Amino acid sequence: MENNAIIRLKDIVVEFDGESVLRHINLDIRNHEFVTLLGPSGCGKTTTLRIIGGFVNPKSGDVFFDGKRINDLPPYKREVNTVFQKYALFPNLNVYENIAFGLRLKKVPDEEIRERVFEMLDLVNMRGYERRDVNLLSGGQQQRVAIARALINKPQVLLLDEPLGALDLKLRKEMQIELKKIQRETKITFIYVTHDQEEALTMSDTVVVMRAGEIQQIGTPIDIYNEPINAFVADFIGESNIIDGVMKKDYLVNFAGRDFDCVDFGFEENEDVDVVIRPEDIKISDPEKGQITGKVESIIFKGVHYEIVVIDGNGFNWKIHSTLYEEPGREVGLSVIPDDIHIMHKMAEAEK
Amino acid sequence: MTKSRYPAFPYIVFMTIFIVVPLIMVAYFAFTTSTGEFTMQNIIRVGDYIPVIIKSLFLAFVATAICLLLGYPFAYIMANKTSNIRRTMFMLIMLPMWMNFLLRTYSWMTILENNGLLNRFLGFFGIGPFEMINTQGAVVLGMVYDYLPFMIVPLYTIMMKMDHSLVQAAQDLGANPLQVFTNVILPQTMQGIKTGITMVFVPSVSTFVISRMLGGGSELMVGDLIEMQFGSNNYNPNLGSAISFVLMIIVLICMSVMNQFDSDDIDKEGRIAI
Repeated sequence: MENNAIIRLKDIVVEFDGESVLRHINLDIRNHEFVTLLGPSGCGKTTTLRIIGGFVNPKSGDVFFDGKRINDLPPYKREVNTVFQKYALFPNLNVYENIAFGLRLKKVPDEEIRERVFEMLDLVNMRGYERRDVNLLSGGQQQRVAIARALINKPQVLLLDEPLGALDLKLRKEMQIELKKIQRETKITFIYVTHDQEEALTMSDTVVVMRAGEIQQIGTPIDIYNEPINAFVADFIGESNIIDGVMKKDYLVNFAGRDFDCVDFGFEENEDVDVVIRPEDIKISDPEKGQITGKVESIIFKGVHYEIVVIDGNGFNWKIHSTLYEEPGREVGLSVIPDDIHIMHKMAEAEK
Repeated sequence: MTKSRYPAFPYIVFMTIFIVVPLIMVAYFAFTTSTGEFTMQNIIRVGDYIPVIIKSLFLAFVATAICLLLGYPFAYIMANKTSNIRRTMFMLIMLPMWMNFLLRTYSWMTILENNGLLNRFLGFFGIGPFEMINTQGAVVLGMVYDYLPFMIVPLYTIMMKMDHSLVQAAQDLGANPLQVFTNVILPQTMQGIKTGITMVFVPSVSTFVISRMLGGGSELMVGDLIEMQFGSNNYNPNLGSAISFVLMIIVLICMSVMNQFDSDDIDKEGRIAI
């Protein structure tokens, strides 16, 4: 696995004005993969991307590209290209020349430039726009030009810095699918930065969840969603109920005032843990049939489902997603199957 | 044009009184004799001073070029500093401007004189004395010193507004530092360069204080020539107006040539220069 790492970050530390932005980042990115760096703002995901692009120099640590150390290589000598957050198209050049920019610098013959620019225009569905002024394009069109401009250099790795952030929801969804398609067709390694967990889950082969300059978890979207490593990841990836619990012994956990069977093991006896349950995994029933009883506090219609908040006897607010309506104020029972109870080690206090 | 024009009325009045009317008066004097009859004599007489006009244009051109070469990197460095350093640098540039223009130019006289500060200083090391005052070099120096801020300020303003992500985008696409400069920074700052050139060239070409004080009587410039026509002993406002008129036309031509040149550069189907 390690052998085909196209990018390797080794013990990267970055500080801005004495404040640490990245703390000892180690990350291998495999060739031909769609990797997403996901995290809340200020978690260091964009800095990580800029380290790879060469726009930020780490205080310590090494950056490897295809096995070679590239710390001291300036951006213009690196075989990576970037799609910037605000597109950064050259306003004095038209669509054609924006896309041709990289090839012109390399003094590629006009004929070949023409051929490759049109190839790119086809790839991003912008054929017919080549003579347009980039300042008059819509956000989505500018984004396509930015992608084409970066891809025409045939980079081994494409860096994308929240490229869909400025687009409306519908366009964003379309572009997500299109980007994934482009990545599959070109087989270029995509490193994609976003704070949108849905975007990350939709497009990625591998998701890297970051927080406060550290990597929390690396895994496939399914792993990250179903087996979050700690309460932060669980909470950040989709919605969660996170409740304090005590691991009585293997396969038995106590929370909300009673014992539950679960599938987790390997914890210390009576260890304090975080118990994470997804809102869609909780079933509402009559009070006598539930494992926990509580009162419906509120119900909000969300389109696909209702978001229901139930307060239990201990005052904990349970968030539940259900397609069925529940009358506020009604006493209800809640139940959850062992498979859907996720037990996690408590994060160190300092990390919270 | 459905917009109301009434709010513009005070400005139109102001511009008419202080700009249009004086211009018409200059033109009127240039084409009349002292008794008010139409004549081309004044304009024809300007022909005698063509060498002075050419010299003025040349000195102003040199001073403008030096201002651009000094001011551009300075403005660029300033724009890329933190706001504290930026404020200090801006202050240092503006501070001399708060002093009287004549005073500033006088101080250069005392520095450059034959037994002035600079020559005395060099004398300590057994060098010189050099003839520095009353030369074209001294005039250009004075122009650069007095008008450099007019170059730096518009450049700095435009550089502050520059989109730095474009610089990174160009680097990312493989542009080395020189290519970044010619393809990204230069096109983005072109408007500032044009403004700076105009603001330095125009006052330089028509200055008479600097050439009088630092150029002595020997380095007569077109500004001196105009000023002389309004002096006490050979009062000739008609010739003075004629020289002003011709100078104005020449400057206008220079400016439009510059603008033409620039828009040509961008128009080339948006192709980049490498």
